Amino acid sequence: MGSLVTSEWFRLVLGLVIVLAFSQLNALFLVWLERKVAGHIQLRIGPKEVGPFGLLQTIVDGLKLVGKELITPRSADSRLFPIAPVLVFMPVLVGFLVLPFAPNLIIRDMNVGVLLIFAFSAFTVLAILAGGWASNNKYALLGAIRSVAQNVAYEIPLLLAVLSVVLMVNSFQFSEIVKGQERVWFFLIQPVAALIYLICATAETNRAPFDIPEAESELVAGFHTEFSGMRFGLFFLAEYTNMFIVSAVATSLFFGGWHGPFGLDLGVPGIVWFLAKTYVLIFVIMWVRWTFPRLRFDQLMNLSWKFMIPLSLANLVVTAIVLKLV
Amino acid sequence: MPKPITPPAVDRVYTLNLGPQHPSTHGVLRVLLDLDGEFIVKADPVLGYGHRGHEKMGENRTYKQFMPNTSRMDYLSGLLYNHGFALAVEKFAGIEVPLRAKYIRTICAELNRISSHLLWFGTYVMDLGGFTPFLYAFDDRENILDILDRVSGSRLTYSYCRFGGVCRDVDDTFLEMTRAFIGRLRSRFPDYHNLVTKNIIFIHRTRNVGVIHPEQARQFGVTGPNLRACGIPFDMRKVEPYEIYDQFDFEIPVGTNGDALDRYNVRLEEMEQSCRIIEQALDRMPKGGPYLNKSVSFRLAPPKGELYFAFESARGLTAYYLVSDGSPYPYRCHIRVPSFSNLHVLTDVFCGTMVADAISILGSIDVVIPEIDR
Repeated sequence: MGSLVTSEWFRLVLGLVIVLAFSQLNALFLVWLERKVAGHIQLRIGPKEVGPFGLLQTIVDGLKLVGKELITPRSADSRLFPIAPVLVFMPVLVGFLVLPFAPNLIIRDMNVGVLLIFAFSAFTVLAILAGGWASNNKYALLGAIRSVAQNVAYEIPLLLAVLSVVLMVNSFQFSEIVKGQERVWFFLIQPVAALIYLICATAETNRAPFDIPEAESELVAGFHTEFSGMRFGLFFLAEYTNMFIVSAVATSLFFGGWHGPFGLDLGVPGIVWFLAKTYVLIFVIMWVRWTFPRLRFDQLMNLSWKFMIPLSLANLVVTAIVLKLV
Repeated sequence: MPKPITPPAVDRVYTLNLGPQHPSTHGVLRVLLDLDGEFIVKADPVLGYGHRGHEKMGENRTYKQFMPNTSRMDYLSGLLYNHGFALAVEKFAGIEVPLRAKYIRTICAELNRISSHLLWFGTYVMDLGGFTPFLYAFDDRENILDILDRVSGSRLTYSYCRFGGVCRDVDDTFLEMTRAFIGRLRSRFPDYHNLVTKNIIFIHRTRNVGVIHPEQARQFGVTGPNLRACGIPFDMRKVEPYEIYDQFDFEIPVGTNGDALDRYNVRLEEMEQSCRIIEQALDRMPKGGPYLNKSVSFRLAPPKGELYFAFESARGLTAYYLVSDGSPYPYRCHIRVPSFSNLHVLTDVFCGTMVADAISILGSIDVVIPEIDR
């Protein structure tokens, strides 16, 4: 028995179960939070009927989605269409494997953790393209094309911003990066990189003001126009889970991970610090969504190629030079 | 004038059906867009989905029976249409209107104009992807609907005006509510400006987008805030003052470029000007006196002849053309609606823009489709 508990397989299975349970519950909670935040920003109160504070609202919504018919348009690609929602959810889940929740709470503390998380999040765009293409719908196709262009444009400054942090600790390992921030969080040393990361992360998750792949006033629902029932639900859950991942990564890279501010942990466990900071970042992303209008597609591209990429490159070069001199 | 675009090879163009189910085509507008990638090559509005035959109905009803129809054409400024129709028939049949009634009608009409502009403000920003201002605007508009509900018993299709006055007198509570609302709306404008007008994304989405040249506007017969945004101060309330508009001190806001941002600014400033008119009207309104000329008969029959009466609705120059053969039923009842002309200028303006811009332009023009279809 003892060998089973400590064995690698057991850890993996246990980790997967926890990740699945956590990501689903977390997504449901985030949907509720989003609706509450939106409500209060808009002088409303948001959901309040189902359960205490309307907490069960999203669960009921989820059940409704499960009960709905899965419609496949006649002209859709019959193989690609059903697997697109699964494809979009898979890479998001992988991200949980390397997130450093607390010093001893990392499912796999890989030495290429940072690389892995971004490598897999790049897969999301393939899934979106597959979904948009397979729908055989003009709105969906336009949404998918926009999504690809947007993701390619924003992954570059995102990775450049992350690289400047990686340079500082000389490691792709999340635990090493967090340990490097015991005294000073990196967003104080790398404010430009932190800002670029947050903007690009919002674009990566297709959230407003960068939600042009699904701009409802232009493209109806963009790449997931034709998806119904739980297939749509998976796109939806993936978006919220992805939001958690990018915020968690931002917490680990720039906001000290499980550490309290300036080395003071105030007796609070690391995981509490980590989750608190992550949810604050998520709140900021929601806040932005309910405040700003949407950018136009070409303006979005200009922002990335003409402004963010040169800026992040300059930031990286300066970081490298300073590190060499010090 | 806008520079012509070179048409791309035919095999690259595909057609996108924008509407009527589309979320941004308020009402039931359908636009067939020929696209080259995301760029619009040709736009073709398809109308008629909301046709109810109001003009034909007008020929089969007495003048008074037609009053409820008028608020169902432009459902966002129904009271302005009521007001215009009452004015037209009063002029046609030579009916005297008590002074108090004139003030009541002016206040209510301007309130309705503000409510229409507020709704436009909310939906326009929502079309651009900002959801929150929509609910702020609706929150304010709710106050106007409450006020108009109090006096007319209705929140959207008022039918409040009568030939020779209004159907019900207003009380002190109405005056207090209106004053309170003006104060409240003025306190909300800074919020709107901070949240939307000064927002860099909003400015980028509207500046130099959908520029209507004054010459183009003249060719298509564009009126209302869309025309004033081009820099032409044309407003029926000033050009040919009707009712008591010549007694009020208010300005006609104009733009310079004729782009979406100008149209936005003009409408926001018009709300402020409407507030000014309402304030002056509240101050000068006679305390008592009749609110309705009760001598008007139900089967009112204007003398034989024809009449054209134009007024300013929330969307521009609106006009009734009535022909009487001496009977209580109009021989012809035609309505000139501003949205029809305002919409068709888009066939020119859309060309060469992106789909996202098309949504922004369509929203900034502020069309009400049932008004076009009638």
